[in-house]
Amino acid sequence: MRADLDLIKDWVEPGKRVLDLCCGDGELLHHLQTEKQASGYGLEIGPENITKCIAKGVNVIEKDIEEGLASIKDNTFDTVIMTQAIQIMMRPDEIVDEMLRIGKECIVTFPNFGHWRARGYLAFRGKMPVSKFLPYTWYNTPNTHFCTFKDFERLCVERNIYIMERTVVDNGHQHRWWIHLWPNMLGEIAIYRITK
Amino acid sequence: MPAVIPEDSVGIVEPQKIEFTEPLHLSCGRTLDRYHLMVETYGKLNEDCSNAILICHALSGNHHVAGYHSMEDKKPGWWDSAIGPGKAIDTNKFFVIGLNNLGGCHGSSGPNQLNPTTGKPYGPDFPIVTVDDWVESQARLADYFGIQQFAAVVGGSLGGMQALQWSINYPERLRHCMVIAAAPKLSAQNIAFNEVARQAISQDPQFHDGHYYEENEVPKVGLMLARMLGHITYLSDDGMRSKFGRELRSGQISYDFTPQFEVESYLRYQGERFSTEFDANTYLLMTKALDYFDPTATTGNSLATILAKAKAKFMVISFTTDWRFSPERSQEIVDALVDADKQVSYAEIEAAQGHDAFLIPIPRYLNVFHAYMARVEADTPNLNCEGEH
Repeated sequence: MRADLDLIKDWVEPGKRVLDLCCGDGELLHHLQTEKQASGYGLEIGPENITKCIAKGVNVIEKDIEEGLASIKDNTFDTVIMTQAIQIMMRPDEIVDEMLRIGKECIVTFPNFGHWRARGYLAFRGKMPVSKFLPYTWYNTPNTHFCTFKDFERLCVERNIYIMERTVVDNGHQHRWWIHLWPNMLGEIAIYRITK
Repeated sequence: MPAVIPEDSVGIVEPQKIEFTEPLHLSCGRTLDRYHLMVETYGKLNEDCSNAILICHALSGNHHVAGYHSMEDKKPGWWDSAIGPGKAIDTNKFFVIGLNNLGGCHGSSGPNQLNPTTGKPYGPDFPIVTVDDWVESQARLADYFGIQQFAAVVGGSLGGMQALQWSINYPERLRHCMVIAAAPKLSAQNIAFNEVARQAISQDPQFHDGHYYEENEVPKVGLMLARMLGHITYLSDDGMRSKFGRELRSGQISYDFTPQFEVESYLRYQGERFSTEFDANTYLLMTKALDYFDPTATTGNSLATILAKAKAKFMVISFTTDWRFSPERSQEIVDALVDADKQVSYAEIEAAQGHDAFLIPIPRYLNVFHAYMARVEADTPNLNCEGEH
């Protein structure tokens, strides 16, 4: 299991109702169902991922999040999760607002554009960073809204979003003690647990 | 005609007629004192009767869901693509029941069958039946086979509506509910199309107010028009464009009213064929059952409130170009199920074939179907796994 998903699992209490936005092949939900007796659904648009979810016994609903979550009532879920997808949304701020409307709390993970490698790439090469971790070029990347930890936390302050917990991991989704010395420089993936 | 029966076919099948003598009280207030249902089954019922799947048919469907009646049959049953050994609904594992609904014209009690009290065909006197009535008659059919709980109730279009109604009326009697290309109720536009179809039939001079059997006549033109209209709503604009475009049969315009465009002759052919196979009174009844379907109607509660009592797990499927029951209509069902905290999965299959897509073996559709049936299988104790059928 991907290490960031493993960390998220610890933030979901047993028996909760969960919504996983862009749930992929349903790996996280499957673990939450079997290990945490969680209920709920994944939203996904990829046909192959949807079939994989169904085969795993994960409830999946084909839905494009960009078209809105208006059909879901306020506070329907205990936890709304979005892993590594906020940066591909047209309006990340609106998605976060919607997540906090339909869920009591939310877990968001995203790649940190303030990581030293990205900074160095742009500073020294003068080009948009391309790496194994960020494999796209500027014209074909789905990542239209990169942000850094600082940017995200500023959004939280502006919108009165309370950060319950946060952690950072490296590219291999590992915790390293030194990352926490300077997370915005050294952390590659941010994991935030937020509520209103 | 199949030269050889394909390996993944249920093969040659034989329908059976099952009599029911306990009176059935219908939504319309009338009672059917006795009735019979035409039924086909495939696969083998396991010892604890836990592996049964009920297939509910759509407007013009019947009990002949899969396989062939004889080697002379031109086509297999209407959902042969989904049912058979190794197919999505695997008859090596499941016991599958198809029936002709009450009011149908393929052998079950209906307008073209003899009324036991008069000895004449029911004709227009056959009572109006609803989806609720069908579910009740299907529950009695389950009792007949000793099935306490279906592994799944599955249906497309009007069949999907029956599956949905099952989950509400008999929450304990099904573990899974597959609702394909359906809607929670008809729109004004849906009802309007049905009304034009009914008018085409009832205005046909050979309809004789539904007593055409005695006159030895058939309202062929009316039935043909009804089917032509219906058929347009089963296809999509894109599908018709790619299938027919503006192709001319003879290559040139003849400046008269004979059918010249391919689409015209296609619709006429479909309509004519249907008018020789289907019963006009049944067509009227089926369209009325569609119009009346609305699980929320009697209580006025929301669909989510009504579905709160359901216990089944749901799989809802729609098709992108279906405009008769569009994906938005399926999403209404999904939203209500989410609101009611039910287990539901939903797939919107990319397909050019419109409403008809639910009968077509589209690869992604079959993948989803297979994946979901694996889940039905996992929830079914003591499956038949010896490979017999």
